[in-house]
Amino acid sequence: MRPVLATEHIDKHFHKPKDFHVLKDITFSVGQGEFASIMGKSGSGKSTLLYILSTMDTDYTGKLFINNELVTGKSQQELSSIRNRNIGFVFQFHYLLSEFSVLENVMLPAKKLAEKSHAEIEHDAMEKLRMLHIDNLAKQRASRISGGEKQRVAIARALINSPTILMGDEPTGNLDSHNSENVFNIFKRLKEEEGLSLLVVTHDEDFAKRTDRIILMEDGRIIP
Amino acid sequence: MTNWKVILNIAKTHLLTKMKSTATATLGVTFGIGAYITLVSFMTGLNGMLDDLILNQTPHIHIYNEIEPSKKQPIKYATEFEDALNVVHSIKPKKGQKKIHNALPILNYLKQDKNVKGATPQIRAQIFYLSGSIELGGNLVGVDIMEEVRLSNIQDNIVEGSPEALKNNQNGILLGAGLAKKMSLNVGDRVQVSTVAGAIFPLKIVGIYQSGIAEIDNIQSFTNIKTVQRILGEAENYVTDINVKLLDIAQAVTMAKNMEQQFQIKATDINEANAQFETGSNIRNLITYAVSITLLIVAGFGIYNILNMLIYEKMKDIAILKATGFSGRDVQLIFMSQAMIIGTIGGIIGLVVGFGLSVLIDNAPFNTEALPTITTYPVNFKVGYYIIGITFALLSTFIAGYLPSNKARRIDPVRIIRGT
Repeated sequence: MRPVLATEHIDKHFHKPKDFHVLKDITFSVGQGEFASIMGKSGSGKSTLLYILSTMDTDYTGKLFINNELVTGKSQQELSSIRNRNIGFVFQFHYLLSEFSVLENVMLPAKKLAEKSHAEIEHDAMEKLRMLHIDNLAKQRASRISGGEKQRVAIARALINSPTILMGDEPTGNLDSHNSENVFNIFKRLKEEEGLSLLVVTHDEDFAKRTDRIILMEDGRIIP
Repeated sequence: MTNWKVILNIAKTHLLTKMKSTATATLGVTFGIGAYITLVSFMTGLNGMLDDLILNQTPHIHIYNEIEPSKKQPIKYATEFEDALNVVHSIKPKKGQKKIHNALPILNYLKQDKNVKGATPQIRAQIFYLSGSIELGGNLVGVDIMEEVRLSNIQDNIVEGSPEALKNNQNGILLGAGLAKKMSLNVGDRVQVSTVAGAIFPLKIVGIYQSGIAEIDNIQSFTNIKTVQRILGEAENYVTDINVKLLDIAQAVTMAKNMEQQFQIKATDINEANAQFETGSNIRNLITYAVSITLLIVAGFGIYNILNMLIYEKMKDIAILKATGFSGRDVQLIFMSQAMIIGTIGGIIGLVVGFGLSVLIDNAPFNTEALPTITTYPVNFKVGYYIIGITFALLSTFIAGYLPSNKARRIDPVRIIRGT
């Protein structure tokens, strides 16, 4: 299995309010088409790790590879375009741009990438919304739809540029069991039908158990 | 690689959904620029009018005989005291005549100079205006009236009668408006003038002269050169002053110097005569700019504030944009373009408002006795001020937008998303 995401000896310290060694020698990888989940108690460093993997946090030592390419040490500009092209992100709180329509929210990362025409992007976005059964909401303002729907819009947005890997920070943490089930099924289907790699931080044990692999973290280390 | 379409679209959405703040910020710029345009047009218009008022009455070069002591006293000619320290007490001015020596050849010479638009002879005579038993001191200026009309704005100042009437009447006088009022005289009446020597002449009033400057209107009248020569009992070559108008005013200083040397005579140029006047104009301009810049800075602070607030409100949006692949630079451009859109729209409306107010002022009636030819407020519609206005609007919004947008660029998305 070809690794799409790999780390070598990642260490991170929080400096404020006092020095705290939050990640200790993290080395692991996620393979192509793998659905992995990271579990651990609060404060075990799992979210911190995820933000390093997402390239948004650059304050660490060690090496991070995406698609076998070293991304550690690249400029913010380059990291932005790596995020844009290779990483889809789904947050616990859905974080849509509330002034834009659902469709525009989904289209935005693709417009930034600017590899396709406007018509193609719109077509793709509608496709993603249809796949998640929310195509009827396309013209709604993002602030006018329910929480479960918002999370599906966020997933559609994360998928619009056909990323290498989809990351989730407790994507079901704020949803009821019905919607959680829904999101899990979507992830499962993406993995099986499209061969997408997924890495999800979660508290939800039921959710984690049904993934391919559980990475357990404690006190800043991965427990083998 | 910047995707302007996406950035401008986001900026537009932000501005439209925050219509109230956008309108406030835009109005700030509009107000600043509008006030600047109005103020600067009005002030420079006024300055121009005042300049004309004074400068058009001053020739570019004024040639006359100055009463002054000889620069070289007789003792200097004695070679035996060459190295001595000579002290001469009670120096008196050199005795000479008031008239310009060789005035007519000088005039002819000047008229052939390529840079000279015209040279007119004048005779200034001290006289008394007689009104019953009252004697009013004053000046009588003998002029070649048609040349004066061609070279200066004297026609604008003749409020009654006409220059032609003076030309056609060898005993005519253009009486100063202040004098006419004091002596209750009008066009068609007669006024008696007496020379310093005591000779009395009756003159017919063919017009009233009003320059707008009371000191002049209360003492000065105009008549033909020949009339003055006759009153004074002088010959036809008696000329006390020559006024020169140049085609290129910048040459005035050097030409005046040359003339002094060439003709052994006093020649003052316009800059020398009006130095203090220019200072006044400059200070008025300075005040105009100080007020305008203050207004624009206030408008700039308004934009700064509103963008700052907007960025605080949009923290989450900024984090999301960054998480989905927009770079810090993109985010900065989004907010910069908002500032620039506000600046452009506000600036253009400001120019229109400023122009409208200027037109309004330009058409407002402004009647003052001091300025007979002016009926409305003077306004200067110079394109340059509009260019300065819009440039300043863009510059100030750029600076006001740069600081907050730079903050937006540096926002760390992880901190926002994690809520720490």
